[in-house]
Amino acid sequence: MNSLIAMIPSVLMIVSPILITATGGMICERSGVVNIALEGLMGIGAFTAATAHYFLESSTPFSVWIAIAAAGFAGLLASLIHAFAAITLNADQTVSGTGINLLATGGTTFLAQIIFKMERTAPFKLGMMPGAGGIYPTAWVALVIVIIAWFLLYKRPFGMRLRACGEHPQAAASAGIDVRKTRYIAVMASGLLAGIAGGCLVLTQTIQYTIYTINGAGFIALAAVSFGRWLPKGIAASSLLFGTAVALSIYMVNIQSLRFLPSEFFSVLPYLITLITLVIFSGKEYAPRASGQPYERSGS
Amino acid sequence: MKREKGRNGGIGRFLANPGVISVSVVILGFLCGTFLIVAVGKKPSGMYTALLQTLTGFDITRGTWNPRYIGEWLTASMPLILSGLSMGFAARAGLFNIGAEGQYIVGLTVAQFMALFFPPIPVLHWVAAVAAAGLAGALWGGIVGWLKAKFAVSEVVATIMLNYVAFFGSRWASMQIPGANTYRTPNFPATARLTSPLFEKLTNGSRLSLGLWVALLACLIYWFVIEKTKLGFELRATGLNKNAARYAGIKVTRSITVSMLLAGMFAGLAGAVVALGSFGYGRVLGGYDNYGFNGIAVALIGNNTAGGTLLAGLLFGMLASAQPLMQSRPIPKEITLIISGLVVIFISMRAGVKLILDWQAKKSARLRKEAGNE
Repeated sequence: MNSLIAMIPSVLMIVSPILITATGGMICERSGVVNIALEGLMGIGAFTAATAHYFLESSTPFSVWIAIAAAGFAGLLASLIHAFAAITLNADQTVSGTGINLLATGGTTFLAQIIFKMERTAPFKLGMMPGAGGIYPTAWVALVIVIIAWFLLYKRPFGMRLRACGEHPQAAASAGIDVRKTRYIAVMASGLLAGIAGGCLVLTQTIQYTIYTINGAGFIALAAVSFGRWLPKGIAASSLLFGTAVALSIYMVNIQSLRFLPSEFFSVLPYLITLITLVIFSGKEYAPRASGQPYERSGS
Repeated sequence: MKREKGRNGGIGRFLANPGVISVSVVILGFLCGTFLIVAVGKKPSGMYTALLQTLTGFDITRGTWNPRYIGEWLTASMPLILSGLSMGFAARAGLFNIGAEGQYIVGLTVAQFMALFFPPIPVLHWVAAVAAAGLAGALWGGIVGWLKAKFAVSEVVATIMLNYVAFFGSRWASMQIPGANTYRTPNFPATARLTSPLFEKLTNGSRLSLGLWVALLACLIYWFVIEKTKLGFELRATGLNKNAARYAGIKVTRSITVSMLLAGMFAGLAGAVVALGSFGYGRVLGGYDNYGFNGIAVALIGNNTAGGTLLAGLLFGMLASAQPLMQSRPIPKEITLIISGLVVIFISMRAGVKLILDWQAKKSARLRKEAGNE
């Protein structure tokens, strides 16, 4: 039991970036744009944060937060590519998302080679410091973000309009909503959040950015969105579940009584659990109806 | 007046041709890559001489010729062509197969097991290993198709998760082989290898193997199934409009499962070609080989046709095998990944090109009308 309580900080450390990314993914899909580029956007954020923190850590105590802000900005910029392709040019959203994922792997390593003369960023000395109870501040950041997202989506007119764009864009447009503008904002929000999440991940879980830093966290967040049925409390629960699975896979390797199992068994658990829950709780009827479909203005 | 109309239509038709779009997208990708190299203060000529050397074996910086580079280029292209076919086959039925990487890994692992444990009978040994790899890849892909058809599980998320399962599963299974350490197994018997003395002689000792025939044969099978059989017709109908296909009496569930089965088979074959063609021992994978992911770009550029995929596979094979040459001249080899990523993004914007063309057509029609009124 004690060991389970001791696990809480590391569970939260792993859950936070997944939840932040999933919140962005939820907003994006609710507006009608599928964003499978979350993985790549997280990578771009992680690279930016690791680089910024490496150069700033000795000169300012706020280096960590500047790095995370920079990461969010980088994610936002990169998400504009997806927004432009998917919204302005009616691109196939899965394809352009895949392109950004490829670009993120190539681009971050390319820049690392230019800046650091190697295939990863130089390690920083000290990442983010845990706060009270050994819990990283990223957990609070994630909590605040998901609450703000809930408030915006369900308590503000803007949120209602955004959801309308994802359910029936033509109807939304006839009610005077600028569908394209709304979708642009949603995609940019998902880029911002995925970037921040990548920054949080790299600053709490490791000491440098490599192409293995994100390692599927973005895809897990994507699964958390659909498993959480596109609802804030749903994605909070599903992110917690998947994050716990990841934390357990790291933690269980060290449990004496489970030593007879190979370490690959634990590594594979989070992905297997994600897949199985998706199968059990599958069903399309919860998805925003117009998610993934380009919005074409008729008439004109 | 009449002439102008004809010319506009001509340009429109020219730009709407998928082959033309692919070529222009590739050129655009290279231009962006070149610009990026200049922007970071390197000489882009390093990239182009590296590509030339890969294509022709001719090293323009030293004036030497070595056909080994051509062999290595074709070797790198084979798995890309096969995983491109995998992606394309699923795409024809309206599915997005990001799982080619996992199916590739499963095929590779099964091929390695067959190579080590199947009796070493000449020819039969490697034929059996290649066939088993194709079958294993088919099963791995088929699971996704079945989940999609039966439970409406998104094939995108399901295949990504199965990629990780395949990767860790392969590591674990390969390390169970007697004599294996954390990165390799013992050597394969010669009967399991796809090596060809003729190809080796022709290409000055490159790793070019009989896998070349596997890749070419797969292209032929792909073309035949898609274009000439009832199954292919049903798959294409499902991909174009699922509901219409259902009303026409096509079993959509079956079409989806079958398309993922065959897509998985092509990726599994890619695994066999790499395992038995390029390596003399079984590998305990340390990371993704990325053939499956690059197959996505290959299929998109190839417009999901057999011939197009073949050409696109050769293009990306050239980018991949030029990587070490670029790194030595000194251009970060990731530029090739960036070019692939850009090309995929540009391809996704195809619909936008049509939008612009429509808009232009409308504008010229309006202009013509105004001219007529005067």
